[in-house]
Amino acid sequence: MPLSGYGVAAVIEKPILDVRELSTDYTVRRAGKWFKVHAVKDVSFTLAKGEVLGIVGESGCGKTTVGRSIVRLAKPHRGKVIFGGIDIFAAAPDELRRLRLKIRMVFQDPFASLNPRRSIGDSVAETGDIHGLFESRADRWRQVENTLKYVGLDGSFATRFPHELSGGQRQRIGIARAILPTPDVVIADEPVSALDISVQAQVLNLLADLQEMMGLSIVFISHDLGVVGQISDHVAVMYMGRIVETAATRDIIDRPIHPYTRTLMAARPKPDPKIRIKAGIETAEPPSQLDRPLGCPYAKRCSIATSYCVTNAPPLRTLVPERMVACHNV
Amino acid sequence: MLRVSDLSVSIGTSADFVDIVSSVSFEIGKGEVLGLVGESGCGKSMTSLAVMGLLADSGPWLRTGCAKLEGFDVIRLPPYRRVEFGHGGIAMIFQEPMSSLNPVMRIGEQIEEAIWVHEKIAGATRARRARELLDMVRIPDASVQLGAYPHQLSGGMRQRVMIAIALACKPQVLIADEPTTALDVTVQAQILSLLRELCDSLGLSILFITHDLGVVAQLVDRVAVMYAGRIVETAVVAQLFERPAHPYTEALMACLPDPAHYSRRLTTIAGHAAKPGEVTKGCAFAPRCRKVAEICVTNSVPYEQLSGDHRALCRFPDTGLQP
Amino acid sequence: MNGAFRSLLVPFTGRPIAALGLVALVCITAAAIMAPIIAPYDPSKIEPVFRLLPPDAAHWFGTDQFGRDILSRVIYGTRLALLIGIGVVTFALITGVPAGVLSALFPRFGSVVMRIIDVLMSFPALLLALGLIVILGRGVTNAILAIGVVYLTTTSRITYGLALRLRTEAYVEAANSMGAGVVWTIRKHILPNLVSPLLVQASFVFAFAQLSAASLDFLGLGAPPEIPSWGNMLAEARIFITRAPWLLFFPGLSIAITAFSLNLVGDALRDRVDPRFREMLSGNRR
Repeated sequence: MPLSGYGVAAVIEKPILDVRELSTDYTVRRAGKWFKVHAVKDVSFTLAKGEVLGIVGESGCGKTTVGRSIVRLAKPHRGKVIFGGIDIFAAAPDELRRLRLKIRMVFQDPFASLNPRRSIGDSVAETGDIHGLFESRADRWRQVENTLKYVGLDGSFATRFPHELSGGQRQRIGIARAILPTPDVVIADEPVSALDISVQAQVLNLLADLQEMMGLSIVFISHDLGVVGQISDHVAVMYMGRIVETAATRDIIDRPIHPYTRTLMAARPKPDPKIRIKAGIETAEPPSQLDRPLGCPYAKRCSIATSYCVTNAPPLRTLVPERMVACHNV
Repeated sequence: MLRVSDLSVSIGTSADFVDIVSSVSFEIGKGEVLGLVGESGCGKSMTSLAVMGLLADSGPWLRTGCAKLEGFDVIRLPPYRRVEFGHGGIAMIFQEPMSSLNPVMRIGEQIEEAIWVHEKIAGATRARRARELLDMVRIPDASVQLGAYPHQLSGGMRQRVMIAIALACKPQVLIADEPTTALDVTVQAQILSLLRELCDSLGLSILFITHDLGVVAQLVDRVAVMYAGRIVETAVVAQLFERPAHPYTEALMACLPDPAHYSRRLTTIAGHAAKPGEVTKGCAFAPRCRKVAEICVTNSVPYEQLSGDHRALCRFPDTGLQP
Repeated sequence: MNGAFRSLLVPFTGRPIAALGLVALVCITAAAIMAPIIAPYDPSKIEPVFRLLPPDAAHWFGTDQFGRDILSRVIYGTRLALLIGIGVVTFALITGVPAGVLSALFPRFGSVVMRIIDVLMSFPALLLALGLIVILGRGVTNAILAIGVVYLTTTSRITYGLALRLRTEAYVEAANSMGAGVVWTIRKHILPNLVSPLLVQASFVFAFAQLSAASLDFLGLGAPPEIPSWGNMLAEARIFITRAPWLLFFPGLSIAITAFSLNLVGDALRDRVDPRFREMLSGNRR
C-alpha cells in the first residue's frame, strides 16, 4: 500500500527522485501590511527512473518554484528532495557539486537563458568546464559536437552566437547544455511555452527521443495540458502551491476527478469548432496569492464545495492505485 | 464592414524593398469575428499595425493597400479626421495589458481619458459612462474598481479594462492582437466568451490575431491563415478545421498535441519558417511542402477559389475531391 | 582580429562629428608618441631673447614669458594629458570594478562599501581631489591617485548597478544550477558583459580626468612646473592675459579639444551599447 502523500512509483521500484513535503513561503508587504505567501505547500511526489512526470498548473500555482527547488535555485523552508539516497538540501558541498551534474534544468526563455556574449559551444560545454570534465580541447570539442548532433544541430553551430539562432534552435541549445554530460534527472521548466506551434512539436519530439535514448527521468513543468499530456507518463496538477491531483496521463485526460482539473480540461480551447467552451464554466476570478484560506484553496471557485471544504483542507489521498486526489467530495 | 485590400508593408527603400506583409486582403462583416492566424514572423501583427496607422515613421512602411471602413480609407486619414471618425472606428487591444495601461493612473481616469478624446462630454456623464463600460466588460464592483490602480488588478481584469477603454470610442471594429496569450487558460476562456458576447450584443466586428488554433476554433467565425507575409487560406472556421485546403494549414494542425489520442511523436513541418525576402520566386511554402511540384517553385501562386468563402493560395489545394 | 577592429569603428560610421572626435584623439595620441620628432623646439629651453612673441612663422603658437615655444610645449603636454587619463582610468577600473561587482554579489559587504562610496560622492569632485592632494602631497602620481579616487566612485556605482542586474539574468541562474561558483560567474558572465558599458564610462572618465588634472595643475597642486602641462601653462598665463593672450589660448584649446573629443567618442560608443535583442524571425514568439 503506498503511503499517502507519496507517488505511484514508490510501490513499483525505488524512485530516482523523492520529493517530500516541500514547502516554500515568502513574505510580502502590501498596503503597509505583511502577508505570508505559501508559494509551495507540502508538495510530495516521486519520479521513477525513465519516467516523465508532468506538473501542470496556471500562473502562481508554484510549479516553477518546485522545479527550481529541485535544482537548488530556490531554498524551501521545509521538506526534502532525496536523490541517490541523500537529501539535496543537506548535502555536503562536494556532494552537492556531484549532484549538480546529475540533476539539470532546461529553462523557459530561449533568449534570456543563453549568455549573448558566449559562443554556443562555450554555453553547451559550460557544465563540463565548471567541473573540469574534459581531458583536452579536442575531447571538449568532440563532445560538444556530438551533443549538438543529438539535439539535431550541425557541429558548426558551436562557433555561432545566440543572436544568430532562432528561438527553436536556442531551445535546442538549452537542451544540449542540460545533457552534457548525461544527467539522471532533467527538470524542464516550460521548455516549449515560448515557441511557435511547429517548433514546439519539433522540440517535444526531441525531448521524447532523448529521453528514450538516454534513459532520462524528466519533470516537465507547463501550463499547457495538451503539451504535458503529450510527453508525460504521469501528471500532477497544482493549484495555489498544492498538488490537487496526480494520475497516469491517460487517466487524468480521460477522467479528471478533482474539480480544478476538470475546469482546466474544460477551459482548454480545443481546435475543433464543434466543441465550444460552455459559457460560464468559471465565473470567479483566480484568488490573489495573499489569501491564505484555511480550508481547501479551491473552495471559493469550486462548484461542489461545501462549508466543510472552506474550513478543512483536504489531504492528498489515494483513491485507487495510481490515482491521488485532494478533495473531500469525490 | 472593414475591407482591407492589397495591403503591403515593406522594409528597405522604395527602390530596393522586401515585403514583410504582401498583398493582404480580407473583409470583416458587421458582428463578425475574423481570426488572423499564423506563427511568429508571418506578419499578422504588422498587418494590424498598418491598418491602425501605427507604423512608426522609420522602419517598416506601408507600400500599397488601403483599409476601407464604410468606404473611407482609414489608413490615410490624417489624425484629426480619425478622431472625428471615432478614431477611424477601429480600436485595438494588445497582448500585455500591463504595458498598455498607465501604472500611475487610476482605471477610472484612464477610461475617462479615452472617452474624452472622442466625445467632449461633462465630467459626471463621463464618470457614469466609464462605469457603464466596466459593467459591459463584466468587472464586478465597478464603482470600486474605478478607483483602483492597474497593479491592483489581476491579468484578466486588466485585459477587461483594456477592452473597456477600446470600447470607449464606440468603435465598429476591434482589433485584438493576441489578447489572451499571456493569460491563464481559465481566464482566457472568460475573456473569449466576453468578446463573443460583445460581438453579438454590440454588432462589433473583431479582427482576432493569434497563433493558437484552439482559440481560433472557440471564438471566430472566419479564419485567415498567414504565412511569410501572405494570406494562404481563408475559410469559415468549421470548413478550415474539417478540411484545411492549404498544405501549411494542414501541416500546422497536424503539429498540435491531441489529447484524444496521444501519438508517440508529433508530426512536424520540415525546415524553418520563411524569413521575409527569403523566397523570391514561387510559393513561399514550397521548400517545406509535401505536395511541392516544379511549377510551385518557378511560378507565382494564384488564389484558388474553392467552395463559397473558401480560398487557398496554392496550386494543389486539398479540396476533398479525388484527383 | 580584423573583424573586431572593424566593429570598434562601427559606432562612428555615419556620424561625422563623432568620427572627428576619434580622429582628434588619434592625432593627440600620435603627437604624444612622436613628440620628440615633431616638436620644433625643446619645450623646456629658455630663450629670454624670444620671450612673449606672438604667433609667427618661426613659432606657430608664439612663445611664453621664458621664450619657450608654445607649440612644442603643447605637443609635449599631450604626454602628460594621456598619462593622467590612462592612469586615472586604470586606477578607477582596478578599484571601482571589483568594488562594484563584489558589492552586487555579496549584499552585506556591498551595503558597507556602497555607503563608503556614498560618503566619497558627497564631496564635490574637485574638493575631494584637493583634499587628497593635501594629504598625499603634490606631484603627477599623487594627482592620478587623487583624481582616480574621485572617479572610482562613479565607476563602482555603475558597475554595481550593472552587476546587480546581470546577477538576475537567466543565464547566470542557469550557470548556478550547473554548479558555477562565484569566481566562475564573475569571470565568464559578469565581466564580459561589463566591457562595453565600462568602455563608455572610461571615455567619460578620461575626459573628466583631463579637466580635473588641468584644474589641479592650475592651482599648482599637480604636475611640477618643469613638466609641460596644459594646466600649468594656463596658470602661468594668467598674468599675461591682456598682453599675450596666446599663452592662454592654445593650452586652453588643447584641454577643450581633448575633453570634447573624448566625450564625442564616449557618446558614440554608448549609443551602440544598449542591448538590441529584437529578433523578429521564426521559431520564437514574443
